[in-house]
Amino acid sequence: MARDPLLVCDDVHVAYPPRRRGGKPARAVDGIDLEISKGEIVALVGESGCGKTTFARAILGLQEVSAGSIVFDGKSFPATADDRKSFHRRAQIVFQDPTASLNPRHSVYEIVAEGLRIHGLSDNEHEVVTRALERCGLHPADRYLSKYPHELSGGQRQRVVIAGAMVLEPKLLVADEPVSSLDASVRGEILGLLQTLAREQEMAVLVVTHDLGLAWNIADRIAVMYLGRIVEIGATEELLARPKHPYTQALLSVVLEHLGMVQQILVGEMPDPTAIPSGCRFHQRCPLLQSGEAKKLGIDSRCTAEDPVLRSDNDGSSVACHATESPTRVAC
Amino acid sequence: MRESGSTTVRAMTWARRRRAFSRVWRELRHDRPGFIGLLLLSGFGLFALSAPLIADRSSLLAASGRNNPDLAAPSSKFLLGTDEIGRDVLAQLVWGSRVSLFIGLLATVVAVVIGSLVGLAAGYAKGKISAVLLAIDDFFLVVPFLPLAIVLAVILGRSPTTLAIVIGFTSWAGSARLIRAQVLTLSERAYVERARALGAGSWHVIVRHVLPGVAPLIIANATLIVPTAILTESTLSFLGFGDRLSPSWGKLLDGAQSSGSITINAWWYFLPPGLCIIGIVLAFTLLGRALERIFDPRLKGR
Repeated sequence: MARDPLLVCDDVHVAYPPRRRGGKPARAVDGIDLEISKGEIVALVGESGCGKTTFARAILGLQEVSAGSIVFDGKSFPATADDRKSFHRRAQIVFQDPTASLNPRHSVYEIVAEGLRIHGLSDNEHEVVTRALERCGLHPADRYLSKYPHELSGGQRQRVVIAGAMVLEPKLLVADEPVSSLDASVRGEILGLLQTLAREQEMAVLVVTHDLGLAWNIADRIAVMYLGRIVEIGATEELLARPKHPYTQALLSVVLEHLGMVQQILVGEMPDPTAIPSGCRFHQRCPLLQSGEAKKLGIDSRCTAEDPVLRSDNDGSSVACHATESPTRVAC
Repeated sequence: MRESGSTTVRAMTWARRRRAFSRVWRELRHDRPGFIGLLLLSGFGLFALSAPLIADRSSLLAASGRNNPDLAAPSSKFLLGTDEIGRDVLAQLVWGSRVSLFIGLLATVVAVVIGSLVGLAAGYAKGKISAVLLAIDDFFLVVPFLPLAIVLAVILGRSPTTLAIVIGFTSWAGSARLIRAQVLTLSERAYVERARALGAGSWHVIVRHVLPGVAPLIIANATLIVPTAILTESTLSFLGFGDRLSPSWGKLLDGAQSSGSITINAWWYFLPPGLCIIGIVLAFTLLGRALERIFDPRLKGR
């Protein structure tokens, strides 16, 4: 699995300072370990508010990391301004809303060329811009160069955003909900584009999404995030066919009813990141505890007292759940 | 290829500017108060430009009125009569329009430059720098502004240029606030975040994304500072803190008042400068409010 890791995140924490004096900091990202290899597409899945966007921004250096380390391409996270600049040449982000991420005063050409100009790569600018646009499915590119964002459709705008990232030929592309603001009809096209680009450029892609179906369509591996931490990670087929963490099981049971899973509706809401529960962060909503299954396994006291670690399994997946450590496996 | 690429980009930028300008022009033409302000302002501009045609500069000198009657009513020789030492009032009025406009505009430039720099820095920088700048800004917002201007004018001297700098230096606080607010909203935009992710430094973000976004607001705001500056100059001159040698409108009013022309109802002495001050303040205010309506998206459709 870990052939030639491009990005290695080790115990990454991001905490937002408390709003009020004497309040507790919000631990939006609370200890994430994640490795991404070259050319691999990883989906980071979680409910809204689980810290997935914060983590994505932290990888790009747009959000300060309060603890832990991020190693990209063999180098630990850039400290000096020059390092940061060259880092940004190799790692790019695509945001959720293409309309907001394009300056309405700039033409398509200026938008795509912006990255080149920032890095002083003005040789053959016109050619590079044209090629990037065409590679992202906007051809003939000449028709789009002088257009302004408001003259484009949502899908075209997202293609422009992706082209603007691709001109720098990044090794890692972080896509934060890349299609959730787009029409269903163009979602597939944009996802297909990301897949093609990943394959052709040997580019690693981290797709941040709340949509398991999307993750299933595009990703090689899926990481499931709950309340600031990854609770399960594994190869897409494996994770979807045999989810081990009760949270993943619950998520899947709602999406993939047709596979004959019994629907489990989780009770309550995700706790506030300022007050992460003791023990397993999921225990208040865990179906295993509520059904008494955990008690049968004899782990119920550990669930409320001991924080489970992300433990690798022999099939390459990792789960953070006390139930999976015990000899009797939970049946789905 | 590269050459053609960059020229087409430049052509595109200019085409966009032309389009934006013609949009503003169109909207301004349909904004009645704004258009009236613009006409009025053009009138004052022509008036100031035509000064040498209307009266010779030498008629401003005290000696020039030696052979003329004092405080004479308007006649064919002196269209707006004479002052207490026999000088032509019209000559002082037309040359005074230059002084008033010059001080108003220069003071505005000073105020806008300081206000924009402070506003940009306070909006863009976070933490201590921003807090210090805001504290300074608060000070200039609440400090009684006329006494401060008087003190500075007395200390620094009274030439029109120093007067303009003094006025500009005391009237930037409001625009700094306004610009800071706009910078705060602009720098939260996703396209600024995108530029940062592309590796952009603060300079790039400010020059390419923030400044073009606040520029219209700065222009509209500047148009509204001019009348205040002209009014301040008039006030300072009327109170006797102006430049003794240059005939501004405020100084004319001061002369009219101290010579007792109001008591003897020599209206040709105090009415024209008063009306001119009202007129130019009105013109700039009407135009500035109209530009604000056009440029500030929050005021659209109100």
